[in-house]
This record gives sequence, structure tokens and C-alpha cells, in this order.
Amino acid sequence: MPAHPAGPAAVLSAAGLSKTFPGVRALDGVDFTVRAGEVHALIGENGAGKSTLIKVLTGVYRPDPPAAPGAGVLTYDGSEVEFATPLEAQHAGISTIYQEVDLVPLMSVARNLFLGWEPRGRLGLIDFRRMHREADAALRDLGVRVDVRRPLRELGVGVQQMVALARAVSVDARVVVMDEPTSSLEPREVVTLFGVIRMLRERGIAVIYVSHRLDELYEVCDTVTVLRDGRSVHTGPIAGLDRLRLVSLMLGRELGDVRDQGLTRFSGSHDTAAEPVLRAEELTVRHQLHGVSLTVRPGEVVGLGGLLGSGRSETAKAIAGALPPDSGRVVVAGVPVRTGSTPAAIRAGVSLLPEDRKAEGIVPGLSVRENIALAALPGLSRFGLVDEARIDRVVATFMKRLRIKASGPHQKVGELSGGNQQKVLLARWLAMNPKVLLLDEPTRGIDVGAKAEVQKLIDELADDGLGVLLISSDMEELIEGSDRVVVLKDGAVVEELAGDAVTEDRLLRAVAAMPADVPADVPADVPVDVPAVRTASGGDDD
Amino acid sequence: MTDIDVGGRVRVDRDRLLRILQDHGVHLGVAVLLLVNIAFTPHFVSAENFRTQAVQVAPVMIVALGMALAIGSEGVDLSVGSVMALSTSLLSLYLGYGMWIALIVAVLGGVAVGMAGGALVAFVGVQPIVATLALMVAGRGLALVLLPQLKDVRDPTMASLGSGDVLGVPYLVLIAAALALLVAFVVRRTTFGRQLLAIGDSRPAARLAGLPVRRVLVLVYVCSGALAAIAGVLATARLTASDPTSLGHLMELSAITAVVVGGTPLSGGRVRVGGTVAGAVLIQLLTATLIKHDLPPSWTQIAQAVVIILAVYAARERGRR
Ligand SMILES: Nc1ncnc2c1ncn2[C@@H]1O[C@H](COP(=O)(O)OP(=O)(O)OP(=O)(O)O)[C@@H](O)[C@H]1O
Ligand SMILES: [Mg+2]
Repeated sequence: MPAHPAGPAAVLSAAGLSKTFPGVRALDGVDFTVRAGEVHALIGENGAGKSTLIKVLTGVYRPDPPAAPGAGVLTYDGSEVEFATPLEAQHAGISTIYQEVDLVPLMSVARNLFLGWEPRGRLGLIDFRRMHREADAALRDLGVRVDVRRPLRELGVGVQQMVALARAVSVDARVVVMDEPTSSLEPREVVTLFGVIRMLRERGIAVIYVSHRLDELYEVCDTVTVLRDGRSVHTGPIAGLDRLRLVSLMLGRELGDVRDQGLTRFSGSHDTAAEPVLRAEELTVRHQLHGVSLTVRPGEVVGLGGLLGSGRSETAKAIAGALPPDSGRVVVAGVPVRTGSTPAAIRAGVSLLPEDRKAEGIVPGLSVRENIALAALPGLSRFGLVDEARIDRVVATFMKRLRIKASGPHQKVGELSGGNQQKVLLARWLAMNPKVLLLDEPTRGIDVGAKAEVQKLIDELADDGLGVLLISSDMEELIEGSDRVVVLKDGAVVEELAGDAVTEDRLLRAVAAMPADVPADVPADVPVDVPAVRTASGGDDD
Repeated sequence: MTDIDVGGRVRVDRDRLLRILQDHGVHLGVAVLLLVNIAFTPHFVSAENFRTQAVQVAPVMIVALGMALAIGSEGVDLSVGSVMALSTSLLSLYLGYGMWIALIVAVLGGVAVGMAGGALVAFVGVQPIVATLALMVAGRGLALVLLPQLKDVRDPTMASLGSGDVLGVPYLVLIAAALALLVAFVVRRTTFGRQLLAIGDSRPAARLAGLPVRRVLVLVYVCSGALAAIAGVLATARLTASDPTSLGHLMELSAITAVVVGGTPLSGGRVRVGGTVAGAVLIQLLTATLIKHDLPPSWTQIAQAVVIILAVYAARERGRR
């Protein structure tokens, strides 16, 4: 492992870097160095400053002016630099996958891949044939098969992440930065990604890797830097560093406390009533869902398993009225709900936490407070006038309960760290007192501490009699959190696992729809086929 | 942020400057124009002149309030000028039935146009700019069919609405101020206002949060139409004549300028009522200044264009980081 300090030269380093936003000191004198051929993990709680550090390193943000000589200096390739724009950093050889996918949704996959350096033909026009061919090849290398002419927004978030990855590694870079690249990836794609990272390391490229999934770090990283409240509290080789110790460093709590609390927070099974609170019957959406039926009882957590594009998000959207089904019924607490209408579904007590938090969840320009109160607004007002005092109470309750880290209720949600945005969304739906909660990747991008909180919360909500439908590409979460798992493939239910049958092995088999005697581990070179990822975005643009 | 001035760091200051410009630039502009006029324009400082300026700006301001709502919802309403024309036609046609009836019919005309625009936007999914452009053409046409040429309005009550005052403050100004307060209240305090901002900021998120997106959008254009119709009535009262050919001509541009200069971003999600009012005043002062110094009217339009570009530039630059 080329990670010891005396090894290869530092490619990119920061000394005493600070970044202040109005009211928030996001980075407070951070030292950070990444060397050639090193995979450097950057971890920390939500809001610790990881994304901010990356954005300062890559020219998105400008660091604070130096408080003392030598502080706040960025060194790249042996000389002091200052990137004015992300493009400058890119040209210098730093390529970045940002946490929130920053591609152009309306452009085709190929255009996105080659944005800014399109292959040109005669007359300087874009050579589309070549571009499509090369884009197709680049994605195939990563095991993704899609029509590269399709607009990006028609694809799921996972595929979008793979496109961002392909873009980042196909430019000639010396540093590749990945901010939570695996948050929406399936196990198979994660394997592919790790293959890519190892290849980069062999080529002597420095990789900065941000993730909340600690297991991954041990698998691919050499070095780890832990950020807490904008300061770096630990840097060192990851080998030999205990996982619990890592968590205690992140949270700033004693090792013993962390050990006592354990790492996942699901308590296991719940007592469930007999009558289902949610019944979906034969939901069918052309090309997307083929007669999906499922039930959720009060107090039950039902997992929805399946690969990318198997129709999990579409099922949730169809139930929540965001994707009008061609046929089928949704019955909540015995009463049929008008399908294809979000307000009707919400009135019936169905709430959906969408997968694409940035595009479909948060309202970035509004404050934390307005975002939390958004859906519950009619209930929090009288005669069309907003009851500010009641909103304040509700908001304060949930900010505390979910430990939302913001400078205050009036901070814009767009300025929060990714994980805290997710918590705001969760608060929005909990404020509605729903009967059924549909959670599409609820812990995506949430740190270990908060993840345990959210999982505990899901448990508590179920105990209180809420019906929960849980979608997660985190196998462990799905298995430990669900009382029952319904497995989808190509838009149809292929299996239902309950009780003791909910195991990783059974789930993997069902997901891959394999006969029982084939070993369940999936080889990395099997292409990820993306047949049905025509996501709802086409349908809900009514 | 500290202001240490080391070579390339001046940009920190530039960011702050842009923020100040976007938030307060309009007030600054108004102050500068006032000072310039006080210094260089003869007879500028007189009660009579202030009164004239205020009365002239009132209709623009009222139209701009509606425009601010439309822009806040990530839309725009190009039909406002034609709605003014339509309301003046309806007003003079129905004046025979009594002033109040005529007033109500005129405002209902604006409501109807707004409803049509809102329905096109919300239910048919037409782009706001296209939907209201169609209504802009149709509205003016209808106004001219109803009242083919200029007609004097000889109603004494109407005339006193246009020129009367309370303690020296013209009715027109009082009405405009009341409407501005009303719109500010609606934006800040009502569910409709909050939902409008959320829809303007992120439509998919608003939809998934179960907001009545269509109803809110229709209501936005209805408000804009009604406000434009009121502005048309007041302008008619001031001119004591109905002139559907020229009333409200290019009003949509003035209104958009007032809104944008006032710091409401074209990308939606925010409505600045105070800024809009100041923006309208700014344009009025600019026009008055140029006219008083005997520059041709086309200069006014050029100046307006420059102001718009400056405002949009400040907003863009700031949005970048
Ligand atoms: N543009 C901004 N304006 C104001 N505050 C900001 C802005 N961007 C980030 N912050 C604040 O800086 C802190 C660090 O945020 P950052 O996004 O770097 O966290 P993170 O470590 O990436 O967290 P996560 O794991 O949730 O992605 C947070 O408190 C956040 O609210
Ligand atoms: Mg982050």
C-alpha cells in the first residue's frame, strides 16, 4: 500500500483551510494531503464539512482569506494554486463527482459525458456519431448498458451516478474526487466502481473518496481523514483502525458509548394488526409496472427489494399518486384512493419520501422551516392564513427530534449538507401524521449516527402503528429493517420473503431471480442491464 | 468575512457588493435619481411635480404587483397591457349602467383573462410566456372590437377618482399603496403565498408534496389579471378617456422591469413586494428625468433596457456562488 508519509509525492494538499458561510464556519483550519496512487477516504457526520472541503479544493468555493501567513493555502503539484472556477481545476487535472449529481438533465447521456470536450468533426461541429460510439463504449466499460441518446433525466439516480463516474474517469485526471459516489448504487455497480478505483490507483492517480458506508472504506481506501465540525480530527492509514474507533472519532463520543449502542438500530419485528392499512392491487403502468400487488399492515415495515430499474421507485410513486397507473387500485385503510393524484393520496394518509431529493424533494430557496411546514401547511393555517406560532412549534419539535443541523430554522435548505436535507424531508412527512409512509432510500447520504437515528425512528413509527414501505439499496438495512420483503424484477413481483426467510442469501437470489443451486455472489463483469429505468419523470410532468 | 486586500482576494468584496446591489440597488438607484433631479432639473422639487409623478406611477406599480406574483411562480404575464385596454373598453361600455357596475365588469374582464391564462398554463401545460402572449394579442383585439376608438369618459365620479385626493394624497396613490400592502400580506402570511413560492422554486417538489399546484397557478394569473384591470380603470379615470389602442401599450415591459429591478429573481421562488414598488418608482423617475431634459422617448426604452440588463446581471453573478 503506497500510503505511508514517506511514499510518493503529495499531489494536492491544503494547509489551514477555512471556509465561512454567513453564520456557519464550515471549515476551520483543515489540513489535508492526498498523494499519487493513494485512495484517501474523507469521512465525518452530516454537516462535518466534507462536501465543502471538496468544493474548496475544486474551485467551486473560494477559501477564506488567510488569517495567518501560510494558512489557507492550496498546493497542487508542488506549487501554490488558486482555482477560480471548477473548470480551472478540471483543466489542471482534478476531476470531480459532486454529491448532488450535477449533470444536465435534459441533455442526452452522451452529451453529458462529453460536455465541454465534445469530439469535433470538420467545421468544428460536434461529431455526434463518434460521440455516441465513444459514450457507449465508456459506459459499457463500466457495465452499464443504456441508449446514450436518451435524455439523462429519464434514467434513475444510480445510472446518473455511473454517467458522472464515466465522465470523471475518462478525462485525463491526476486527482479524482468522489463525493458519496455509491449512495444510489446497487451492490453490483459498487463492485464495478471499486474496480475502477483500483485501476486509478494502479495508474498513480490520487483518489479522494467520501462515503458514509464504512465497510467500503476498508475495501478500497488506504488512508482516512476524519472531519468533525469543520476540523480534521484524525488522519492516518485505515488498515488497523477499528471500525468502532472510526465511528467514535466521527461522532466525538467515547468508544464505550458507541459500542453499547451498536451500529444498526432496528429492533427486529413488530406486532402487526391483521387488516392491511395499504393495499395496492394490480398496479400497471405501461413499460414500467406489470400488475404489482402488495399489502402493508399497520405497524409493519415492508421492504421492497430489486435491482435498479426493477420498478421499486415506480411502485412507490404509483401508490403515492405521482405516477398515474393505467390500471389497478390503491386502498388505504379500507377506502379506495383516487389514483394519479398526489393531493388525494396525501389526504388519504400516504406520504412519499422521494428518491431524488434534489429534484423532487427539497425546495432549495425556502428555509428549513418553510420546507418542513410545506405539506402540512393547510393544517397549520386558519382561513388561509398561516399560523406562525404553530409552525414554529412543529418545526422546533422535528428539528430537535431528527437532530437537524442548521444555523437555525431560517437557513435556506439548499445550504444544508446532504444528509440534513434528507432529514428535513423526513420531518416534512412526519409532520403530516401519515398512516402509510413510503420511504425511497431514506438513509441515502446520512451518516452512521443519523442513520441509526432514522432507523430507530422507522422502528418507533412502526411501533406506533404506521405502515412503512421501505426501499433501500443497502441490503443490510433492508434485511434488518423489514418484517417482510417483496422482491420486484422488471416491474413485477417475483417473490415475497417473510420471517426467517429474510436473509441476505435468499434476497440476493430473489433479486437476481436465480435458481437456488447457483452461488449467489454476482460476478463483477456481468453487465448491469437497465431495461425499465424509464422513471416516473416522464409521467408526472402533467 | 474580513476585508484583507491581497491581490486576488478582492472578489470577496465583489460578492458582497453584488449582494448589496441586488438587495438594495433599487433603493440606491431611486436615491441617486432623486438627487440628480433635485440638483439639475428645474422645478423638480414642487408638490405639484411629486404629485404628478406619483399619479403616473400608480398604475404601473399595480400592474407590477401582479407581475411579481407571476414571476415568483416561475412564470410571466405578458397580457397585462391588453387587460388594461380591455378593462377601459368594458368600463366605458358599461358606464351607462352606473359606475360601480362598470367597475365590477371591468375587473371581471381582467379576472376572466387571468383565468384563461392560468388554465392554459396549469391545465394545458402551455409555457406562461406563450399562453399570455396569445392572450395579449387576443385581449387587445377584443378591447378594440368592443370600443373601436377613443371615447371620453364624462362621469364625474370617475373624474374625481382620477384627480381627487385625501389631505393632498391622490386617491390613485392611496389605492396603489393599499394594494401593495395587500399583496405583501398575501405573500408573507397566507398559505397561497407560501405555496406560490414553493411552486416557483421547485415545481416537482411542490407537486410531490401534494400542493394544489394547478389551483395556485390559476389563482396567480387571476390576481395578475385583476390587478391589471384595476390599473386600467385607474388610468382611465386619470385620463378621463378610454383609449383601447394605446392604453397599456408596452406595459408588460415596464412591469417586468419594475419586478426584476426590484430584486425578484426571474427563476421564481421569491417575491419582493417592496422592491417591486421601488422598481416602479425608479422607472418613473428615469422616464421623467429623460423627458424633462428633452431627450426623445426612445431613449427611455433604451435606458429601461440597460437597467434590466444591470439587474439581471447582478442577480446572475450572485447566483453563481
Ligand atoms: N452554501 C452554503 N451556505 C451556507 N452554509 C453552508 C453552505 N454549504 C454548506 N453549508 C454549511 O456548512 C456545513 C458543512 O456542510 P457540508 O455540505 O460540507 O457537509 P458534509 O460533511 O458534506 O455533510 P453530508 O454528509 O451531509 O453531505 C453545514 O453546516 C452546512 O449547513
Ligand atoms: Mg456532503
